[in-house]
Amino acid sequence: MIADLLLAAAIAAVATGSVLARRAFTAVALFIAYGLLLSLAWVRLAAPDVAMTEAAIGAGLSGVLLLGAVRRLGPHADAPANLPPGLLLTALIGIGCAGVAAALGAAILWLPEPAPTLAPQVAAALPTTGLGNAVTGVLMSFRGLDTLLEAAVVVLAVIAVWSLAPDGGWGSAPGARQPVVGRGPLSLLARMLPPIGIVVAAHILWVGADAPGGKFQAAAILAAMWLLPWLAGLATPPRIAAPWLRMAVVAGPVLFIVVGLAGAAVEGAFLAYPPGWAKPLIKSIEVVLTASIAVALALLVMGPPEPDAPR
Amino acid sequence: MSLLANGFTIVAVLAGLVFFVAGTAGLLRFPDTSSRLHALTKADHLGLGLIVLGLLPQVGGVGEAARLLAIWALVMLSSAAVGPMIARLTRGQEGAE
Amino acid sequence: MSATIFGLLGAALVGIGLFGMLVRVSGVLRLLSFNVLGGGIFLVFGVVARRGAGAGLAGDPVPQALVLTGIVVAFAATTLAVALLLRLGRDGE
Repeated sequence: MIADLLLAAAIAAVATGSVLARRAFTAVALFIAYGLLLSLAWVRLAAPDVAMTEAAIGAGLSGVLLLGAVRRLGPHADAPANLPPGLLLTALIGIGCAGVAAALGAAILWLPEPAPTLAPQVAAALPTTGLGNAVTGVLMSFRGLDTLLEAAVVVLAVIAVWSLAPDGGWGSAPGARQPVVGRGPLSLLARMLPPIGIVVAAHILWVGADAPGGKFQAAAILAAMWLLPWLAGLATPPRIAAPWLRMAVVAGPVLFIVVGLAGAAVEGAFLAYPPGWAKPLIKSIEVVLTASIAVALALLVMGPPEPDAPR
Repeated sequence: MSLLANGFTIVAVLAGLVFFVAGTAGLLRFPDTSSRLHALTKADHLGLGLIVLGLLPQVGGVGEAARLLAIWALVMLSSAAVGPMIARLTRGQEGAE
Repeated sequence: MSATIFGLLGAALVGIGLFGMLVRVSGVLRLLSFNVLGGGIFLVFGVVARRGAGAGLAGDPVPQALVLTGIVVAFAATTLAVALLLRLGRDGE
């Protein structure tokens, strides 16, 4: 319990520092620390799958994205466009936010006892999916529609980010041009880590059926393994007009929808798995979906395409 | 036997903790970036290494022990790569002034 | 007990994040505060999940799955916000 109190105090301190920081770079650095400490809190809450996702996506990929944004915005990141609110207004806002936090805290303290839960139903229905990890079972089978819509949201985000390309940029490679780092530690990392990372990601994906893990964590690691050589200038991303890139992004959700429609034809309900076929279907959907989401996450971090450099 | 293993775990983890505290103190108190990097890499390599060594008697099998050692190796690889990068950046900034 | 501590932490994070979103003026700092707010809300979900332990599971898996989905969707929204900020920064020059 003391460890929990210390961890909670550390998280609150880092969050406050990140919110009140003067410079954007400091705020982002503190935010990455916040994400990592938050994943420790998730472990204490007996949710290892969420802890891994928070560390990989919430701290890792978000950190890379925001650091890149601070770098590219330059002085705009710190300089305010409007004037900050005056002292009185800030105090009033502070009181209001404290009230919101207090109301939420009261709701936490008055949560009903005994706690309502779906754990018995999930545990009873889990053997039909053939999986051992209850969270994976919920994600892929019991709430499979949520996961399908989430994959669709990621595809929509890729389309939206691409649509923000400046004039003349449509169709070219995403992201700012990275200078080629020929030698040195970054290129060493970019050459050594991807094979290890791909093996780790495949392991996490495979083991996610019965132990903590799963496709989102694996997709985040795979995306990072593509982003690392891109940052070192060793791998130029393909042009967004390339058909295979677009196929790769939509392949996962399309397969998910096809399996769902087939389930509607065979079993009578969208996304229903025929008995005995559940685990192989879930596995194949997960593999393709991991690849799609990994490509999509990497493209999201790279950003909108930039026009080709003028000759 | 298990008393010996637990005693080794406690001693090694405490020793690793000492390095982490020393590294944090160095991060906060050293005057410039290079010496702070020096303190941090000691915490990464020695501190984490001692903690991993201390946890090895407690694991359930060779697979888990291999994973702990792999984690230590990856952390050392990344900190060994990041340290010189930050140092070069700082030297470049100081050289430009 | 640990669930209550993290629940109160989640409530505090919601307050901190909301304050940051309203008071800071720079776009990136507002985005960071929004993510802090999101983390607090997810923690509240996690507390509800932890309290729902039973039937051999350490936590109710349904809220955990919802939080997993939420983290990925929040990240997608953050990338879109960053792209918008970059475009605004470019056009504002």
